[in-house]
Amino acid sequence: MSLRTQIIHGLRSLVRRATSDRDLSDEVEHYLAEAAAAYRQQGLSDADARRAAQLDLGSRTAVQQQVRASRWETVVETLLVDLRRAARRLRRTPGFAVVTVITLALGIGASTAIFSIIRPVLLEPLPYPDGDRVVVVTDIAQNATPLDVTFGTYREIVARNRTLQRASVSRTWLPTFSGGGEAERLDGQSVSADYFRVLGVAPALGRDFLPSDDVPGAAPVAILSDGLWRRRFAADPGAIGRTVTLDGAAVTIVGVMPRTFEHVWRPETRIWRPLGYNPSLPLQGREWAHHLQMFARLVPDAALDVARRDLSTIARMPVPEFTRPAWASIRGGLAVTPLQEYVAAPAKPALGAVMAATLLLLLVAAVNVVTLMLARGAERRRELAVCASFGASRLRLLTPLLAEAVLLVAVGGTLGVALAYSLVGEMVTLDGVAVPRLEAIRVDRAALAFAAGLSAAIGLIAAAIPGLTLSKRIDSLASGARVMGSGHRLQRAFVAAEVALALVLLIGAGLLLQTVQRLLAVPMGFHAERVLTLQVQVGGIDFRDPQTVHRFFDRVRAAVAAVPGVTRAAVTSQLPLSGDSDLYGVQSRAEFVDRPQSAREALRYAVSPSYLETMGIPLLSGRPIEDRDGAAAPRVAVLSAALARRHFPDRTPLGQQMRIGNTDVWYTVVGVAGNVRQSSPALSPLEAIYISDAQSPSADRAMWLVVHATDPAALEPAIRRAIQTVDSNRPILKVATMEQRVAASAARQRFAMAAFQAFAAIALVLAVIGVYGVLAGEVVERTREIALRSAVGASRTRIMALILRQAAGVGLAGILAGAAVASVTSRGLAALLFEVSPLDAITYAGLAAVLLLATSAGALLPAWRAARIQPATALQA
Amino acid sequence: MSDSNTDVIQGTLDMLILKALSLEPLHGFGIGRRLEQMSGHVFKVNPGSLLTALNRLERSGWLASEWADTPNARRAKFYRLTRTGRRQLDTETAEWTRRAGAIARILAEEA
Repeated sequence: MSLRTQIIHGLRSLVRRATSDRDLSDEVEHYLAEAAAAYRQQGLSDADARRAAQLDLGSRTAVQQQVRASRWETVVETLLVDLRRAARRLRRTPGFAVVTVITLALGIGASTAIFSIIRPVLLEPLPYPDGDRVVVVTDIAQNATPLDVTFGTYREIVARNRTLQRASVSRTWLPTFSGGGEAERLDGQSVSADYFRVLGVAPALGRDFLPSDDVPGAAPVAILSDGLWRRRFAADPGAIGRTVTLDGAAVTIVGVMPRTFEHVWRPETRIWRPLGYNPSLPLQGREWAHHLQMFARLVPDAALDVARRDLSTIARMPVPEFTRPAWASIRGGLAVTPLQEYVAAPAKPALGAVMAATLLLLLVAAVNVVTLMLARGAERRRELAVCASFGASRLRLLTPLLAEAVLLVAVGGTLGVALAYSLVGEMVTLDGVAVPRLEAIRVDRAALAFAAGLSAAIGLIAAAIPGLTLSKRIDSLASGARVMGSGHRLQRAFVAAEVALALVLLIGAGLLLQTVQRLLAVPMGFHAERVLTLQVQVGGIDFRDPQTVHRFFDRVRAAVAAVPGVTRAAVTSQLPLSGDSDLYGVQSRAEFVDRPQSAREALRYAVSPSYLETMGIPLLSGRPIEDRDGAAAPRVAVLSAALARRHFPDRTPLGQQMRIGNTDVWYTVVGVAGNVRQSSPALSPLEAIYISDAQSPSADRAMWLVVHATDPAALEPAIRRAIQTVDSNRPILKVATMEQRVAASAARQRFAMAAFQAFAAIALVLAVIGVYGVLAGEVVERTREIALRSAVGASRTRIMALILRQAAGVGLAGILAGAAVASVTSRGLAALLFEVSPLDAITYAGLAAVLLLATSAGALLPAWRAARIQPATALQA
Repeated sequence: MSDSNTDVIQGTLDMLILKALSLEPLHGFGIGRRLEQMSGHVFKVNPGSLLTALNRLERSGWLASEWADTPNARRAKFYRLTRTGRRQLDTETAEWTRRAGAIARILAEEA
């Protein structure tokens, strides 16, 4: 009540200041009149009465001031006046204001953007009830890398574990949705019955999968995402129980997931169906293939460590009830990773690096503001000393400085938030960085609070440090002393810090630049030029027969090859740098005879004739897959050089027999081709086996078309049309030139590098400005001393050298500190670097030299000015 | 006017103003004069303090004010007690009585 009246009255008098002031002066005037009248009644003359009343009251203005001072809005008024004055002062030095505001905006904007991205990815729990209890279970392969589990392993874990409340497996399923409009390829998952219960989310409509859905031969059912349901069924609740055609088969919709449900590791998933694997685990079946992702929910009180020990015991100690075929052995162990970590892992190194760069930029911005405020404080020393000697309070003296800091930070922070909005929009559309949970990333209230807190902290620091040193100096000035140097020493320290931060950023940028260059210089094993790639998928009952699939892709290939401008066209089951990694256990006939379980992994490519030629993969010996290697011809294979060396180190592989997987199908080796980097330039198995797609016992239903043409990008529409003349119902996906795929293979490093380069450039410019600022100030202050020096015979060169030495001192101190910091922080980049050490001496030395030159350049103008000081005029002044 | 008039006791001005206004609305000078009369010319109120206090009490919602003509035809700002002001006067009076009684008892003991 009282607070409300306070505020209302205060605001009223703020808004209508004139009325409120007149009110007060009228009241004082009336008081005076009444007092005079009272004296007159006591018999005083008119003039005496008025004088006596006046004496009682004292100064009218003083009384009014006294009343006004008791009001809170007066403080606000003073503040507004201070801010207005600060704005006027800043307008007089627009350079200072603009530079500071821009740095602050960049620092705060970039930090807020990164915060917005990192919060849902790394900090917030996943959007599931007790999401921290959801884990991913993987096999550990011989080379210690994670490997998808087999259905058999999953069954064994479910039966034997003591720490998992529920577990499920899933596998990508890409059905074609037809009937009721245009055919559409959907992203889906085949999942075991407990899948959604592991996540702790139930369908919003209809029912969840039941164990009876998840057996071979069960009636086909599916659950839709909210988005798909809205799009294809116009959010009709009657969709439950309806039948849709998926891959040509009738499937009943049994449920719709809630709108808020996020499928975090594959956000594009729109539909789920039961896996339906055979629980009797036939040895030759898919039940023993490493192609399932396993998710589990820990029991409420089980720590991650306990679960890890539990599962590793299961892996280490086989029991007779659960026999494992050799290729599905889990002797390597089982890895248990929190889902959040699993989801964030691919994006973590790049995000971490960008976050580090951003923090450095923020520090640069803060240091820069402090340095500039220090310089301004130094300029205004005399003025402030005069005010101090008239008795202004210390707080009152520092308010102008505070007001400037508040103003700069407020403007910088506001611009920063605006920048954050556009940066976040930009970053989430970046390819190849693999940021999960894109829908959850936005500049929200928490991010705004973060930006506000950051701005306030910087403002406080920017005002406090110069304020404290200044108030110390005002004391000594007020006492008449002349202090020299001490302020500059602090200023110099801050400039050195700017130099150090610039070096840390420069080194990060340098290391990443070399990484990107080296990644792109790695021989990929194929010629990326003029090759367009795209995926065509088939499915459904029309394509049950492998030969139908093969004939379809043969016709597609022929149609595309006939497009004018196309020089060659081929198909392959997996494409380098496409994200595919189709690994099989392979062995030679001799190995099979010795030890039947000795198969080792290699990449399997089912290709059409002329694939190697189209991709420019060199043939080292023998012959490639040719037209004669049709379905009826003897089965043949081409090995990569690495695979040939692994299996036939001391003899020619030509004429030898190999098998792929645990089958009785043998291929005769007819050629050896060059090694190809399948997954990335940095890390990739090189062992590969190529077979003719016509001879593969099982059909690959998603095939890549690789087209060599004079201008592949321009031919894309024509190529699409050619494919559609064969069958217009087949989705065409993932279109990109091979050159684009190569460029994208270094996307994470490019992303981090872009941040480091931009921020390093800013830091460098600021460091140079900082050096200039502090030296320019010093030259002005030391005018007399320098004049004296030149009067007693110091040459201009010597005086210039004097100033340049100062700059070199600041620069060197900064460089040493920066190198020391970088040698620690750059290790954080190690996960992104390729063939370059985080301590690369050449990078460090080169960039230090650049920085030293830059800081000296900043000192040139002050040095030149110092050299031009005329002793006669300077000393007379 | 007595020579021995003094400033009001620290912290009691608000209460005294509320008391002075408890009978009828008054303007600033009127309040000062009323306090002098009521104290038997012991207290003399400083005009600056008085106007500041009036401003503060109005802000607190204990007084309301309006401009009106005085009997001698001057425009003056008249203050009157609000309902919360009257309640405040009661609390302050009770509190003061309690304290004054305590002080009186101490002094009586000493004597």
